[in-house]
Amino acid sequence: MNLIATQIERFGGINLLPVLLAVVALVLIGVPSTWLTLTVAGLAMGMMIFLMASGLSLVFGLMDVLNFGHSAFISFGAFIAASVLAALGSWVGADNILLNIAALFAAISAATLFGLVAGWFFERVIIKPVYRDHLRQILITMGALIVAEQIILAIWGGSPISVPRPNFLSGSIILGDVSIEIYRLFAFGLGLVVFLGLYAVLNRTRIGLLVRAGVENREMVEALGFRIDRLFIGVFMLGSALAAMGGAMWAGYETLITAAIGSEMMIIVFIVIIIGGLGSIEGTLLGALMVGLMGNYVAFLAPKMALASNMLLMMAILLWRPYGLRPAVK
Amino acid sequence: MSKTLLKLDSVCTDIAQYHILHGVSLEIPEGGVHVLLGRNGAGKTSTLRTIMGLWQARDGSIRFRGEEISREHTSDIARRGIAYVPENMGIFGGLTVEENMRLATHKGQFDRQRLSRVHAQFPAMEKFWTKQAWSLSGGQKQMLAIARAMIEKRDLILIDEPTKGLAPAIILSMVDAFREIAQETTILLVEQNFLFAKSLGQTVAVIDDGRIVHTGTMAALAQDSDLQTRLLSLSLDSHQ
Amino acid sequence: MGELKNTAASSSARVVRLFVYGLIGLIGIGLFLAPMLFPDIRSQEVAARICIFIVLVASYDLLIGYTGIVSFAHTMFFGIGAYGTAIALKQMGPGWDAILVGGSAGLAVSFVLAALVGLLSLRVKAIFFAMVTLAAASVMAVMASQFSDFTGGEDGIIYKTPRLFSSATKLLTDENGKVLRIFGVKANGKTAAYYFVFFGSLVLYFVMLRIVASPLGTVLKAIRENEMRAEALGYKVVLYRTAIFCIAAVIAACAGILRAIWLKYTGPETTLSFAIMIDILLMVVIGGMGTLYGAIIGATLMSLGQFYLKDLMQAASEATAGLPLIPDLLDPDRWLLWLGLVFVLLVYFFPAGIVGTLTRKEANA
Repeated sequence: MNLIATQIERFGGINLLPVLLAVVALVLIGVPSTWLTLTVAGLAMGMMIFLMASGLSLVFGLMDVLNFGHSAFISFGAFIAASVLAALGSWVGADNILLNIAALFAAISAATLFGLVAGWFFERVIIKPVYRDHLRQILITMGALIVAEQIILAIWGGSPISVPRPNFLSGSIILGDVSIEIYRLFAFGLGLVVFLGLYAVLNRTRIGLLVRAGVENREMVEALGFRIDRLFIGVFMLGSALAAMGGAMWAGYETLITAAIGSEMMIIVFIVIIIGGLGSIEGTLLGALMVGLMGNYVAFLAPKMALASNMLLMMAILLWRPYGLRPAVK
Repeated sequence: MSKTLLKLDSVCTDIAQYHILHGVSLEIPEGGVHVLLGRNGAGKTSTLRTIMGLWQARDGSIRFRGEEISREHTSDIARRGIAYVPENMGIFGGLTVEENMRLATHKGQFDRQRLSRVHAQFPAMEKFWTKQAWSLSGGQKQMLAIARAMIEKRDLILIDEPTKGLAPAIILSMVDAFREIAQETTILLVEQNFLFAKSLGQTVAVIDDGRIVHTGTMAALAQDSDLQTRLLSLSLDSHQ
Repeated sequence: MGELKNTAASSSARVVRLFVYGLIGLIGIGLFLAPMLFPDIRSQEVAARICIFIVLVASYDLLIGYTGIVSFAHTMFFGIGAYGTAIALKQMGPGWDAILVGGSAGLAVSFVLAALVGLLSLRVKAIFFAMVTLAAASVMAVMASQFSDFTGGEDGIIYKTPRLFSSATKLLTDENGKVLRIFGVKANGKTAAYYFVFFGSLVLYFVMLRIVASPLGTVLKAIRENEMRAEALGYKVVLYRTAIFCIAAVIAACAGILRAIWLKYTGPETTLSFAIMIDILLMVVIGGMGTLYGAIIGATLMSLGQFYLKDLMQAASEATAGLPLIPDLLDPDRWLLWLGLVFVLLVYFFPAGIVGTLTRKEANA
């Protein structure tokens, strides 16, 4: 028994959970080509959710701040990207791949840039006055979320907005009898790049070292002579920017967005960081992939249970590990 | 009489609605080991945390080399050359021993000479250099905490109950380490273990109920068994 | 001199206190006499809504104000109570037995669910709990709209209530066989339904006052003030928190039953939606956390405010019609924007709310 446990640990321990999930799904679905399509969709969705969730997790880890307004960045990212893509309509639809890429790049950068700036504003105005008061933090960030959602409604209106997809990302690749949407591959790739980048910064740079140490013990980092609050605003801005980027990607994935996009995604994001454990991006990635896969498999097997299945997954994991799969060491 | 390094003057600290320190006055001369004794809850840890700026003093002044630091941010106080080893040691368990040490350097670079001195003092640190700190034993964690305070020259090290829960053999090796550190640095040591404190301390202050109730040399206290009984049985009584 | 100032301060405090209690008394009398004072249908709807929301908000305050835990699942329990009653009334026909069966089923489900969520996630940080309840509530809302065979989906369920509450029912008749009017109030089923809601709410409110004054209330306050100390004193913090969470859930479900009976309709918009959760939050913060009287003032002000703010915004929007964006921001549909701003400012500057702020001044004097 112990032998099996060490073997599992050697091959990655809890990191194998998504793989396990995929194997179980393969048995239940039974058709390999369908399964592969769903798996790719799940991984792509997982990576986009990772973008949205990673910042929230780090922000919480570093300053014990949980921002219920986080989803406002997701919504704004989605709507700004949609507006930029619509404004660059001729580039988006052009047969020239360079123009396509330029339009996509402009949309994602605009969203991300907005996230950076709005994150700075949000941290200074909304979060800073309530650093150490959880109750008021939850209430105020929730209030800010309401206001932000209403602003989106005032600017973009209540009816759904369609998001044009750049030409080179639409369509699918056909491998035998498996069809894989190109956009999903792109979303997966972008998420992976961001994860690797974050991982490298956290593990190879001095700032990353300070962030990791700060997540564990903020006071001690200050007692060693470093200002956590200055570090924190940087992390907060980065997290907001990533959320906006995730929102932009999600807009392109859904192709039709409403003002509710943020609050819909927020539930998923919460489930992900609870599953993954707060404060670590590895945990967030693990949680995001599991939720993405679970959502897609169940949507195929029992469509009505898609969201509930993730809820049940969260409950099960909380029972097993009350602090999530891979929380930061505290 | 040597120069005063740190001077607390009627420092009061509150935590939420509770008054913790009611006017602590204390003078730490430059050089040597100075001990702050007292029972649980007397305000020893609170005194160190207030010096470090982790808790804000409501009233009173804290001067380090004659400059007021009681309103400064913790990180600025640290940059003045004050190191803090809390009771829980403040080790970053998810970081390697090396990363823990590297954080204690202000520029992220090790001074090779000092590093080899630390390694000589605590061979375990070299052995587990790339291991994550949570895997260390309790004694090794305490060594790492002290090694962090030695890796660059500090003017003052505040250490909170370093012997708590440690085996006698390890405590002995720590006496050596502290003597070594005291060659170049002043140490303010909070202790409950009187034997350990006696073997290191030059001066001693006793705190009770948020006030300093006795100050003097360690030698005088060590000889005066009446005084010991009075001050230390006071602490025994209040344990019951 | 100092004494003089003191007397002045305490007499002004007395005025403030009189004002608060006077206001509460006025609201109480107003609600009691609502069918006589405001006989039009619209006003009666508002009055019934206020009664039900006072209970809902007060039960939420048991959590957020008295215990310091933030839950976003309160509408879930509200909805379970309402849906239980609604489904039973629809399936079994309009009878008291249906209300009894459906209502108790709703209460039981609320209780079990609350116990599960509480034991599972009250062990860890408050912030975890907020996230778990938010997730649970939205999953429940989605499920309610998806299992439409049972719940009517987005359209909700329309049903009949017992004959006693039907508008056509004549409780008392005069010699001509017409509905008797007492002080101008028609003694018909609608009035009976209103008083059912009113007295139901009143009983629930007194139950909560009792809970707050009980030893349980004292322990909860101790936990809120200093969790570690309460734990050290031997109180099982998780159990106490779970207990109050279950109590609050059951009371919210009771409020849901009242709402289902009053409206004769139950749907996501009237019970489960997140908009209602936001209403509850606003009411509890406006009235004041940690004081059950706050619930009365918060629920009343918000309900009236929602009613009139929209009219005001309509006028302002029309007045600024020529300007860019401003009319959009002033559109009556955007009233939540302004309430949200008010909410944020309140939490910043008056975290104690109206009742809390006024009575604290009194304590200072």
